[in-house]
Amino acid sequence: METLGSAQLAAEGCLSSAASPLPAAKLAPRHSGLVRITHWITTLCFFALLLTGIEILISHPRFYWGETGTVLTNPLFQLPIPSSRKLVPTAYGYVLPDQNGWSRALHFEAAWIAVLTGLLYVIFGLLTRHFRKDLLPGKNDFSWRALWTSFTKAFRFERPSAAEASSYNVLQRLTYLFVIFVLFPLVIWSGLAMSLTFASAFPWSVTLLGGRQSARTIHFFVSLALVLFLFVHVAMVCLAGFWSRTGAMITGRAATRKERT
Amino acid sequence: MIDLSRRKLIVSGLAATAGASGLVVAARLAQKYGLVPPDHGGIYGLGETLTYASQRLLTRHSLAREFPRNRISPRPFPNELAPLTEDFKRLQAGGFADWRLSVDGMVHQPGSFSIADLKSYPSRSHITELACEEGWSYIAEWTGVPLSHVLNLTGILPQARYVVYVSMEPDTWDSIDMSDALHPQTVLCYGMNGSDLPVAHGGPLRMRLPRQVGYKNIKFITRLTVADSLQGFGNGCGAAACEAGYAWYAGI
Repeated sequence: METLGSAQLAAEGCLSSAASPLPAAKLAPRHSGLVRITHWITTLCFFALLLTGIEILISHPRFYWGETGTVLTNPLFQLPIPSSRKLVPTAYGYVLPDQNGWSRALHFEAAWIAVLTGLLYVIFGLLTRHFRKDLLPGKNDFSWRALWTSFTKAFRFERPSAAEASSYNVLQRLTYLFVIFVLFPLVIWSGLAMSLTFASAFPWSVTLLGGRQSARTIHFFVSLALVLFLFVHVAMVCLAGFWSRTGAMITGRAATRKERT
Repeated sequence: MIDLSRRKLIVSGLAATAGASGLVVAARLAQKYGLVPPDHGGIYGLGETLTYASQRLLTRHSLAREFPRNRISPRPFPNELAPLTEDFKRLQAGGFADWRLSVDGMVHQPGSFSIADLKSYPSRSHITELACEEGWSYIAEWTGVPLSHVLNLTGILPQARYVVYVSMEPDTWDSIDMSDALHPQTVLCYGMNGSDLPVAHGGPLRMRLPRQVGYKNIKFITRLTVADSLQGFGNGCGAAACEAGYAWYAGI
């Protein structure tokens, strides 16, 4: 356990070594500065996007498949929530206030910041080999046994081992890679496909998703998957020790359990 | 240690200066090439400007997707209308024979056109999707006279940058830049799916911009004003919807 921790320390040390070796010397470097900054900017943007996305959704809580869909056509499904538009039939006797103006503005602004931050993170991750070192599972991790152990540990809500305070297990690595390279690109793509002007220049962006309304439905489900990820992510952080893990993402340094006892 | 922080200070000072002057240059260039929307101020100005500028750079001449006839939605959804005014009802009773579209502002020759005049000009039809910012959408065939044709008839002054369009509905007006005004699919629409444009969909005359969401496609158009600036129209952000918190540019 100790060897893995120190190997990680050496690997990640290159970015944190410039920081002053003051009282924090006992704490092992955990997250590089750029990872921490982009993490928290993304967090802020995520909450802004989620809140405004829900507000926009309330104005038409019906989903369709294909190119078109209105209250005059049959929906794929309708969420059982009230709406902010009079003409949307709901089971509620009231209409919520319209919040779409500022919601749309903040949604797109937060999306811009999130996408630019994401680009910075990906470029940095490739240049510093962050993905290869920290996120790509090692060869040994790919055995079914390793995956199974990781799964059962996670679903038994076992506290992670000390080594996992300074590195990620295979399940975490695969999850983060999936979120970064599948869910985020998909939510951006399906969002852009809903822009009429973007679609005019890149019509395949809509056609490949099955039409404008399909893009909207996909955008909704990918957002749901991201919210699910958020819940699991925060639950795991709590399980591992909320303050130590959150502290590591703020200060960049993690106390290993051994050092704390 | 001191050396290091001094070097850091100098480097970050230089970087900050370069960054700041880069921003100033970028802002100048953006202004010069018409990449700054009128509602660029305020906390959402950054997002509005990035969207408008990037879409203008990447998609200035792109055409909205057009669909085959068999994709036309059988039941186009007419969105909620404000109660029609007495003036409107009077014109409607006369079959809109007295409806007038006036064109003024920075034009060589201000004009006034009846629906019959507009129908006598070369028409443009396109089968495009009308998409509302709320999320719903339908496909219809829209027929009208290209806005560029009407602007060519009156002639526009070289300094013209925007076309302001005003509805007969109270407090309903909007504006577009020249790039959208002269876009081949931008039509003053008087027909839908082979018939006259129904009142529920904005008849007798509606602005139809298939590259922007529904709320820019204002119904009951009676007046166009060509302008070099949007200062002096409402609070200057370019649209009634904008004053209600909606973005002036609605390509997204």
